[in-house]
Amino acid sequence: MTFGKEKGADVIELEQVGYSYSGAELFGDVSLQLAPGSFHFLTGPSGAGKTTFLRLLYGALRPTTGRVRVFDTDLAGLDRDGLALMRRRIGVVHQDCQFLDHLPLADNLALPLTVSGRDVTAEAANLKELINWVGLTHRADARPPELSGGERQRAALARAIIMSPDVIIADEPTGNVDWDMSQRLLQLLVELNRMGKTVVMASHDLALIRAAKTQVQTRVLRISNRRLQTAGADL
Amino acid sequence: MSGKDVKALILGDAQADRVVPPTGFTARLTLFASGAMAFLAVFALALSMASGRLATRWADELARSATVRISAPADQMAAQTEVALRLLRQTPGVASVRAFTDAEQAALLLPWFGPDLPLDDLPVPRLIEVIETAEGFDAAGLRLRLQAEVPGAVLDDHTRWRRPLVVAADRLRLLGWISIALIGGAMAAMITLAANAALAANRQVIEVLRLVGARDAYIARAFVRRFTIRGLFGATVGMGCGVLGILFLPQVSDEGGFLTGLGFTGLGWLWPLVIPLLAAVVAFFATGFAAHRTLRSLA
Ligand SMILES: Nc1ncnc2c1ncn2[C@@H]1O[C@H](COP(=O)(O)OP(=O)(O)O)[C@@H](O)[C@H]1O
Ligand SMILES: [Mg+2]
Repeated sequence: MTFGKEKGADVIELEQVGYSYSGAELFGDVSLQLAPGSFHFLTGPSGAGKTTFLRLLYGALRPTTGRVRVFDTDLAGLDRDGLALMRRRIGVVHQDCQFLDHLPLADNLALPLTVSGRDVTAEAANLKELINWVGLTHRADARPPELSGGERQRAALARAIIMSPDVIIADEPTGNVDWDMSQRLLQLLVELNRMGKTVVMASHDLALIRAAKTQVQTRVLRISNRRLQTAGADL
Repeated sequence: MSGKDVKALILGDAQADRVVPPTGFTARLTLFASGAMAFLAVFALALSMASGRLATRWADELARSATVRISAPADQMAAQTEVALRLLRQTPGVASVRAFTDAEQAALLLPWFGPDLPLDDLPVPRLIEVIETAEGFDAAGLRLRLQAEVPGAVLDDHTRWRRPLVVAADRLRLLGWISIALIGGAMAAMITLAANAALAANRQVIEVLRLVGARDAYIARAFVRRFTIRGLFGATVGMGCGVLGILFLPQVSDEGGFLTGLGFTGLGWLWPLVIPLLAAVVAFFATGFAAHRTLRSLA
């Protein structure tokens, strides 16, 4: 199995994808290509299906109809091991960032290295730099339950990118933090995008999306009325 | 489980071991279950081995032989022996018969009467050795016919009463093995319960591990390793207590009957060492099964 990415090929590709929870269709007939290095916002009212949509992108859910291709591989053809290997190339920040509460923050951030069998001590310098980059150096030894909402979001982002993934998927990372922290998180994602990472970020914070548009070229996708549409310039 | 997985299981991985939080009651349940079961298994094993030894000894002593003793006046001795031999040869269940020669009888009596015994002058009964077939003969019927045709004949099948005992000892040994199998099954069930509880309690941990790209084998191993080590440790303690209990059973004598014969002899003392290993194997497979089933259902 290869995840060989041809130059110019789309990182994620959806072909007439639909998803239903026990018969009730959330959205249907979604076709979409995410080019490498692109920055996408995903917006829409609460309950529209943003989280569901993102979960389809990294194989946590399988589409009811249609096909999802990631790194030129049809997710339908991957078994659980194949999905696990693919997930190492996609950094995910959940809406409710979950950690291993019994381990200190630094160990949590190193978890992707641990589970992929990499030597964590050899990457200690990288880890330290990353913790510093998200501004959590002073919290490295804290347990996750002791962290504030903003700290958790930044920690989740750091964990998502420690394997230097090609794609970063963030589900409302600014959902529970104040405006300054939202700006700071956005800043981190913009920086990552400038390094060439493909970013998909769900958010219903229009002010934040407008702020982002002044810094990077973004495409805004909106889920409404069971369709995915590209939002116009009115944003 | 591939060879690599087994190696990782044995050598361990300090990092991997930490990803699952310590779980209080499932750990205690596993330790207790494997300890108690190993303790019981020691006794079941001792029972099996003791009854096995008993069955072998009794079966050897039986040797499927009986004796016919003919006491008759000297002038009728040869004739009665002849009749008895013919009658025995026609009896179903008799494999072979043979009258002892004078020399053999003298040899048998030698320890009792010394070398100078004038056998011809004494009314020594003639002995006929009867070897049975596997089915054996009908002792009561044979006795009646001997009585009718050879007045001086006495059938001595004194070893026969032991045959049901051998069967009983064999049955006892079988029960011992069945007990061991049941103990193993009960232990597997309890460890599976404990593992399922641990997996359910750690659903969030599993989700996080999945999110960061952990393979199923990795997640399963973190649980399996723990439960295997606990099973091994608990069973070692339980086995040790069981062996001590057997060691301190009062020893009356070698022939002291069944109860005091309960125990191990010689290299047999090494057998209980197998119990913790078996417990570890049971824990390994029970947890692995539970883990993979849970991981499949969470897919
Ligand atoms: N596991 C599930 N089973 C059934 N319905 C679900 C499940 N998860 C989400 N939903 C429903 O699907 C809809 C979309 O949910 P979600 O994708 O979380 O939306 P959003 O992230 O945009 O708020 C909601 O109405 C939610 O109740
Ligand atoms: Mg959501």
